[in-house]
Amino acid sequence: MPVPDLEVQYTKIFIDNEWHESCSGRKMPVHNPATGDLLCEVEEADTEDVDKAVRSARTAFQLGSPWRCMDASDRGLLLNRLADLVERDRLRLATLEALDSGKIFLMAYFVDLMATVKTLRYYGGWADKVQGKTIPVDGEYFTYTRHEPIGVCGQIIPWNFPVMMFAWKIAPALCCGNTVIIKPAEQTPLTALHMACLIKEAGFPPGVVNVLPGYGPTAGNAIAHHMDIDKIAFTGSTAVGKLVQKAAGDSNLKRVTLELGGKNPNIVFADCDLEYAVEQAHSGLFFNQGQCCLAGSRVFVEDSIYEEFVCRSAEKARNKVLGNPLVPGVDQGPQIDQKQFDKILELIESGKREGATLECGGGPWDRNSLFIQPTVFSNVTDDMRIAKEEIFGPVQQIMRFHSVNEVIQRANATHYGLAAGVFTNDIDKALTVSSALQAGMVWVNCYNAMSTQCPFGGFKMSGNGRELGEYALQEYTEVKAVTIKISQKNS
Amino acid sequence: MLRHVLSRTLPRISGISNCQYSAAAIPVPSAQPEVHYNKVTVHQDAVSKRSFPTINPATGEVICQVAEADKADVNKAVKAAREAFRFGSPWRRMDASDRGLLLTRLADAIERDTAYLAELETLDNGKPYAVSYSVDVPMVVKCLRYCAGWADKWEGKTIPIDGDFFCYTRHEPIGVCGQIILWNFPLLMQAWKLGPALATGNTVVMKVAEQTPLTALYVASLIKEVGFPPGVVNILPGMGPSAGSAIASHMDVDKVAFTGSTEVGHLIQQASGSSNLKKVTLELGGKSPNIIMSDANMAEAVEQSHFALFFNQGQCCCAGSRTYVQDTIYDEFMERSVERAKSRVVGDPFSMKTEQGPQVDEEQFKKILGYISSGKREGAKLMCGGGVAADRGYFIQPTIFGDVQDGMTIAREEIFGPVMQILKFKTLEEVVERANDTKYGLAAAVFTKDIDKAHYISSGRRAGTVWINCYNVFGAQAPFGGYKYSGNGRELGEYGLDNYTEVKTVTIKVPQKNS
Repeated sequence: MPVPDLEVQYTKIFIDNEWHESCSGRKMPVHNPATGDLLCEVEEADTEDVDKAVRSARTAFQLGSPWRCMDASDRGLLLNRLADLVERDRLRLATLEALDSGKIFLMAYFVDLMATVKTLRYYGGWADKVQGKTIPVDGEYFTYTRHEPIGVCGQIIPWNFPVMMFAWKIAPALCCGNTVIIKPAEQTPLTALHMACLIKEAGFPPGVVNVLPGYGPTAGNAIAHHMDIDKIAFTGSTAVGKLVQKAAGDSNLKRVTLELGGKNPNIVFADCDLEYAVEQAHSGLFFNQGQCCLAGSRVFVEDSIYEEFVCRSAEKARNKVLGNPLVPGVDQGPQIDQKQFDKILELIESGKREGATLECGGGPWDRNSLFIQPTVFSNVTDDMRIAKEEIFGPVQQIMRFHSVNEVIQRANATHYGLAAGVFTNDIDKALTVSSALQAGMVWVNCYNAMSTQCPFGGFKMSGNGRELGEYALQEYTEVKAVTIKISQKNS
Repeated sequence: MLRHVLSRTLPRISGISNCQYSAAAIPVPSAQPEVHYNKVTVHQDAVSKRSFPTINPATGEVICQVAEADKADVNKAVKAAREAFRFGSPWRRMDASDRGLLLTRLADAIERDTAYLAELETLDNGKPYAVSYSVDVPMVVKCLRYCAGWADKWEGKTIPIDGDFFCYTRHEPIGVCGQIILWNFPLLMQAWKLGPALATGNTVVMKVAEQTPLTALYVASLIKEVGFPPGVVNILPGMGPSAGSAIASHMDVDKVAFTGSTEVGHLIQQASGSSNLKKVTLELGGKSPNIIMSDANMAEAVEQSHFALFFNQGQCCCAGSRTYVQDTIYDEFMERSVERAKSRVVGDPFSMKTEQGPQVDEEQFKKILGYISSGKREGAKLMCGGGVAADRGYFIQPTIFGDVQDGMTIAREEIFGPVMQILKFKTLEEVVERANDTKYGLAAAVFTKDIDKAHYISSGRRAGTVWINCYNVFGAQAPFGGYKYSGNGRELGEYGLDNYTEVKTVTIKVPQKNS
């Protein structure tokens, strides 16, 4: 059960293991999207605060600092300790997350928080296993590589999985020995600030992690342009991703990794288990109120099972229970804020206008809230806006296809390339289609199957670089090759 | 006083760099810890109903009787381990990350019981309590945590082979692994064996040394406490020729890992060949050269060389038991080494002042004294020590021989006791050749400021570990093992996982391969 009458404890900017008020004196309101209530006000970080944080992170990264001299295994131990603390405070964090983001409490507890703990432990394990090599170069030399941390890393995270995104970002960065400045989304800063407190409790030296709640155009922009930040990792919309990349080029050529949007194809062949595919496609779209970069928002269904599939999908959508996210039994919460709400409704209208068949839903749930009815469109064609643009809401598009080659071509006809699903019992189809799809993650007979050990990231405009798994370590490592002259080389 | 004693005993051992050596940090030990577990795998008497005594080497007295596992018990254990390894079993189906979590929990439980385990280890093995507490047990914890981290990171590959195929490898566990460990670092050897084997998903039948079974049996109870499924780890106290041999020749054990003497290593390899060709890894003896160049920091070199030989009562497979000193500094080095050896405190291992405890048992005790006699007989110069250090127990005086020649018995054979051999050399090339003139190849060290010399020796010496300006530096992250007769295979580090893995290549026909 969620913690009743939860009081928000941490509302300031976290720099150097201390709580600071904003340099400007400004604060940001934080709302509960399910009720519209003001949860609290949080200090708003801007350019000056970012400068302060960068100074602190840079000092913590100095050669000879406690963080730089620490045994790698001890960095791992700190991450494990943080995981222990998150486990201890799991109920509180899950409640805070549900209140702040509108996600279903039970999901926050069982999915988001579990993934957070596992991610921290996974990277805790990698810390003393990040290994360079010794290399047989030509000539009388002894050559080896050091896998060094990059330095001060700026990290900007979205509001759809606040605490989980926080862990996905800091864990690999800290594992490899970097220091971090992380800006949580302005809509959802609360769990990030609680994490800051746990980071201090776990024993991370001051300046290693700095948490700055603030807005994109101000604090986020300052981070992307900063001349003394060595790398930026951004998760958010493709539109802002482009700005981040430009900012890096404009400033100091900081290394950039991006996790952006998706318009992910979920391909259902006639030879699959139909009911199972309907269910997977449903949760593949509607999970987290549709607010997932991975959402399977183009469901391609083979001709012969199309009608049945649409019928069952609409039925499932109609049966969804909307309501207070803290109450068990509720399936879907509100959208995150008015801006998203308006955008989703606009796209729904475009679907109706452009001639898609509205199977169910199609509008807001009631007059004064941010809830939207689970919506299903059938007979969607590839040129419609709802087939091309990322909606980020509870709106499922179902299209018809006839052949393997056709569906591969249509699935790939997008600037995005984050994920894809394939439902079939035929081993040949499974392997052929999964090889052909231009997506960083392809699921066969499942959807949204994620695990910390498996890399995650996009092709094309869905981003670059990978998070999770061993691959994430590359993004937080700078390789230095050292070559020493010796008098006689032997193999 | 304590800080002074410890910093002389343990100058710079990696793995305890954050330890505080104040008297307040190490609790006063109970010299009579209670023994809770003395049966086979915790709760069963041996099938044979036989038992054997385990002795406190400081006094020669019996601590308690321990159930003696024999061939029938080995069969039982192998059956349990095989069942636990069955396709579809809880252990096989477990998430790799959960295997890691179990190992982490085991590390936590051992950390919780540090004081007790250190007491038991000292009682059974004779090593000073201060060392059990601040070195052995913490290193066990670190090793298990390190291996726990690998569990869900041990990855196969997908491979671009020719043709219309999709090809990948699975890194599978080997199966039922027999592990036979030595008495010199009972807890640590157990962790070095269990860590990688369990991280990679194997099941284990472990025979612990008959001289020192007690801590391993306690750890077995912790294994059960933290939740490993039954049959995954089976611990058998027993004798080499019976239980050990039964494991090495068992037709249903897929692999045997042995740490011990080179002599028995030969037997294990033969047993594998005679039975089911089980995979074999061996960590055997050494006669490791420790080379002191004239430009070395003298004080450091003396202290490290002392530590290199005398640590753990000289009972280290990688002991620096041939100390080669460059002629120009030989006299000074000898003088300082003798002074240091003479000041080594030998006594009750439970006393915080003690640097050196007893040898582990009467057999070792007699063997070492035999080597000392041979040294005297063959013309080496006895510089200090050379005899028994107390009336009861198995204490031997810290002993140094000078003017040792490469052909002497004490220069060729592994003594495994507190007997240091100091030899003289002239040139770099000469010493590398002499260093390599041994059937062993476990470790080596060189003390020098010259980057070229350091590199020359570390490349030239045929040994699994080379230390430069240090000795006995171990980390769970760094692989350890021998060339030549010192063994095969590596333990620890990522490399350690290879020996517990079977690589399976899967190749699937696809209609059309694309890059």
